[in-house]
Amino acid sequence: MSIGWALVGVLVIAGLGALGAVATGSRGRALVAGVSTAGVGVFGVLAGVSALGGEAFSKTIPQLLPLSEVTVTVDALSGLFCALIGGVAVIAGLYNIGYSDGHGSRTGQSLLPLFVAAMILVPAAGNVTTFLVLWEVMALVSLMLVLAEHRLRPSVRDAGVWYAAMTHAGLVAILLGLVLFASKAGGESFTALRDADLSTTTRSVIFVLVFVGFGSKAGMVPLHVWLPRAHPEAPSPVSALMSAAMVKLGLYGVLRVGLDLLGGGPRWWWLLVLVAGGVSALFGVLQASVAVDLKRLLGYSTTENMGLILLGVGAGGMFAADGNRTLGSLLIAAGLLHALNHAGFKTLLFLGAGSVLRATGLRDLDRLGGLVSRMPATTALFGVGALAAAALPPGNGFVSEWLLLQGLIHGLPGADAVVAVAMPLAVGVVALTAGLGVATFVKAFGTGFLARPRSEEAAGAKESPRTMRFAMLVAAAVCAGLAISPASLGPALTRVLEALPTVRDGSPLEGGVTLRLTGIAGSISPVLILAGLFVAGLLVVVLVRRGLPRRESLVWGCGGTRLDPRMEYTATSFAEPLTRVFDDVLRPEHDVDVTHHAESQYLIESVRYRQRVDDRVEAALYPPVLAAGNKLGAVLSRLQNGSVHRYLALGLGGLIVVLVVVGLTA
Amino acid sequence: MRQLLKKIRSTGRVAEPAPERAGDGDVVLRGSVQVRHVDAGSCNGCEIEIGSAFGPVYDGERYGARLVASPRHADVLLVTGPVTRNMAEPLRKAYDATPAPKRVVAVGDCARDCGVFKGGYGVEGAVGDVIPVDVVVRGCPPEPPEIIEALRGLTGR
Amino acid sequence: MSTLGVVVQVVLLIVVAPYLVGVMRQVRARLEGRAGAGAGQPWRDLRKLFRKEPMSPAGSSWVFVAAPAVLVASTLVIAAVSPFVATVSPLDGVADLFAVVALLLLGTVALALAGLDTGTAFGGMGASREMTVAALAEPTILLAGFALSARVGSTNLSAIVERGQQSPGAVLSPATLLAAVALAVVVVAEAGRLPVDNPSTHLELTMIHEAMVLEYAGRDLALVEFASALRLTVLLGLWANLFLPWGVATTASAPALLLGVVAFVAKVAVLGAVLAAGEVFMAKLRLFRVPELLAGSFLFGVLAVSSSFFLA
Repeated sequence: MSIGWALVGVLVIAGLGALGAVATGSRGRALVAGVSTAGVGVFGVLAGVSALGGEAFSKTIPQLLPLSEVTVTVDALSGLFCALIGGVAVIAGLYNIGYSDGHGSRTGQSLLPLFVAAMILVPAAGNVTTFLVLWEVMALVSLMLVLAEHRLRPSVRDAGVWYAAMTHAGLVAILLGLVLFASKAGGESFTALRDADLSTTTRSVIFVLVFVGFGSKAGMVPLHVWLPRAHPEAPSPVSALMSAAMVKLGLYGVLRVGLDLLGGGPRWWWLLVLVAGGVSALFGVLQASVAVDLKRLLGYSTTENMGLILLGVGAGGMFAADGNRTLGSLLIAAGLLHALNHAGFKTLLFLGAGSVLRATGLRDLDRLGGLVSRMPATTALFGVGALAAAALPPGNGFVSEWLLLQGLIHGLPGADAVVAVAMPLAVGVVALTAGLGVATFVKAFGTGFLARPRSEEAAGAKESPRTMRFAMLVAAAVCAGLAISPASLGPALTRVLEALPTVRDGSPLEGGVTLRLTGIAGSISPVLILAGLFVAGLLVVVLVRRGLPRRESLVWGCGGTRLDPRMEYTATSFAEPLTRVFDDVLRPEHDVDVTHHAESQYLIESVRYRQRVDDRVEAALYPPVLAAGNKLGAVLSRLQNGSVHRYLALGLGGLIVVLVVVGLTA
Repeated sequence: MRQLLKKIRSTGRVAEPAPERAGDGDVVLRGSVQVRHVDAGSCNGCEIEIGSAFGPVYDGERYGARLVASPRHADVLLVTGPVTRNMAEPLRKAYDATPAPKRVVAVGDCARDCGVFKGGYGVEGAVGDVIPVDVVVRGCPPEPPEIIEALRGLTGR
Repeated sequence: MSTLGVVVQVVLLIVVAPYLVGVMRQVRARLEGRAGAGAGQPWRDLRKLFRKEPMSPAGSSWVFVAAPAVLVASTLVIAAVSPFVATVSPLDGVADLFAVVALLLLGTVALALAGLDTGTAFGGMGASREMTVAALAEPTILLAGFALSARVGSTNLSAIVERGQQSPGAVLSPATLLAAVALAVVVVAEAGRLPVDNPSTHLELTMIHEAMVLEYAGRDLALVEFASALRLTVLLGLWANLFLPWGVATTASAPALLLGVVAFVAKVAVLGAVLAAGEVFMAKLRLFRVPELLAGSFLFGVLAVSSSFFLA
């Protein structure tokens, strides 16, 4: 199918789905919304796969937007992101059928297909106006989806405000950057921008502005504050769509503008990206490792993974700027592969968390547990996702982190001092991130799903309906496919890199069973690792199977009374050593309340201890900004005294200023 | 560190030569016995002797016996003292928590027949009244070589 | 023929691993004035444990049952692919430093999940501490690996070992020496030896690894103990061959393999004895001092990488 028809399909199905969901009653609404979302996703995947197969598409529809035209251009880079978003949408749509069955709100359900359509179309935009309009549509629709459950929890509104403010701050940065770009280039189509001949200073200003904007969408520290709020508060299929798909558009923006439209640029741009990525990865994983809210943990893990991806892209851009295209393309390919892997396992994990939430009403890991016997399928599938997110073999996250490390390590020979300092630190960051990531997901899986239930809600959990399990199974299958044969993505990644003129350099990786890097020595074989583990495990099981049968016995409590679930380690206790080790960074707050007996202050009635780990970046950076904003607002409100004359005077003054500025610059 | 080194050299081997032993030991546990010690109400006289049996002089470990921390890891429960009412249930639990095949060694006269505590109001009975006993070591308290002799009867070394 | 090398290597490691633990215990026993149970004692323990009944605590799941098998399997894969006896291996695509590190971590994770699955405070505590140590050891391992591979241009273990054999002088370069120190600390931490963890302690203040396996019995315990012996052997063997690469067979001929076997056994035995002797002089570090030790080793790793760049 041609890309054009696929995109038409996206639009038509999204429209029909939205109308259908509005029209249906509460019983069939989730089904209509889910199926149409999945349908939109299918067309997105079709468009993306055709583009990755080498097909290109470009179409201009004049006068659809005021003062501008709509341009749609799909190349391999857009295709990758269309396919990624479409894939996530198919799974999330299927999941939605069971998840929202009977209680999905009319707004929330009817907007779901529109959200997916907007996301799929963003990378297909071919000029600045189209891009910005679609970007804003996506932001607004997702905002409304985040707010879908605002009647149930007041925290949703708080999350909505943060998200709205941050996404629009990001939009302002992107808007400024792209409008400046278009005005200097003398045309707003991407082709015109690509051919523009701008001074380095202008290009740098554009890049920094755009990077700030896209970085906030990608959850970069310190612009990440909305992410761990909004992603947990949204309904779970929306969480999956936002965390697995939408944040990737930030990456798309950086790649499209930085490497394609601006055509690379000086090294410090990419050093900036690398540092931002590294800081985000470390900060994200540290917060995730001490988080006790399962969905918040997954949100911070998104910041971590986007950080790793941007670290790879930054390092790749740096090498490309130095003229080392082999490493440049390898690292960017590693980033792209990790983006795909992250989309796969984060979808799975958020859907798993959604199933837990639906079955128990809990996101608090400290009160979960024991789900392995009550929700066996969900537990196993979440386990697959956790393995991948921990970047352990045979999970799919392992291969892309391996590629990332390979790229960083091979940068040392022939490097100058900057690279020689940056690369070891980057390797250290990736390694610490990987290590803490493992601890994070051992915590999430071990305390959330294993052992005995720590609350009545968890004890009464029931397995999710079949459609939800099937959706998670599809996500797990995608993860497995990505894990087993990353080499088969080689040609597609090569085409994507060809869309980036400064990086383009043959194919970075090839091979079948064994993944081989081209240009540098390095090979890895996920299939062989899996086969080895399987054979060795089988050998162990067969060799030791003989002997006495297994016996179940009470947990050994040193002969005392029966150990009850309150004595189990919780997520908080699991993370306690890490909280202590990273005390300086995390600054946990401890409250100890001691209540004395009324009769005597020497007798203690109860002691209450509470520990809370807040986001320290947020606590340090945002209150001053908010306070300054409030102060400014108070000052400006003096202009508004309700007098029409004054407003007319202000309007006249503003007009004169604009005319003067125009007169001086023209 | 130099001082410790000097001390190690000057002390040399503390372990006494192993006495002769006849017998083949237990069929299943041959050569390796992990011991979980359960104090079921002892006066701690036997504990001191058990402590020395695994100290450097008698060195019970050289015969393949080793003290472990959990009955799950153990083959042998080394029970001392008359079983008090409070310790009867824990002792049963410890026996249940030990994986089969397992052996029970009752150490000391109290473990054998309640010794001087016989008829005490807090005493449930001898070890044999609560869980099946395989080997009995007599004495009040038994000396380390006797404890080791009993364990060697199980390891066969 | 190279398949023969793999088989020889795996069988050798399986046989040698418990003996290594036995030798180390024997060295300690002698230094402490005891007679010791002999080097074969761990094998006698294992033989007995394999015949005993496995037990599951009530409320635990398949994770508890599967963990020992995953632990052993992941270690066996490392035993098969890494260049312990010979550098020629049909499983070249797996013999990557990072893959080996990740496989070791996989085993750690399996056991940590099993510890959590028991639902005991001890199990959770062991899991939490083990994961903390593993997470903090990770940067050191990768940086030391970076320093070693920078010279070779590859993270393939066989390539690193072969390069070490070809240029013996490079073994004495500052980068290699610094990396050796860094990795030595990590090997001690990962193997759960003093001063990071004490394999013979059972005090709740100090236990790490032992706390996770408290609920295992019989056959399961045998697998866990065997795996921990095998991991120790693998770690010592890797350290030995990365920094003292001599004797590793580069062809799959019978005499070369024989030499490789002898060299490997000698190296691992000597290293084990040194480690055990060192433990006699050491007390366990307080748990929250361990991160400082690991941070120190991380510094050595950074120095190793920078010296491999600036002094190359």
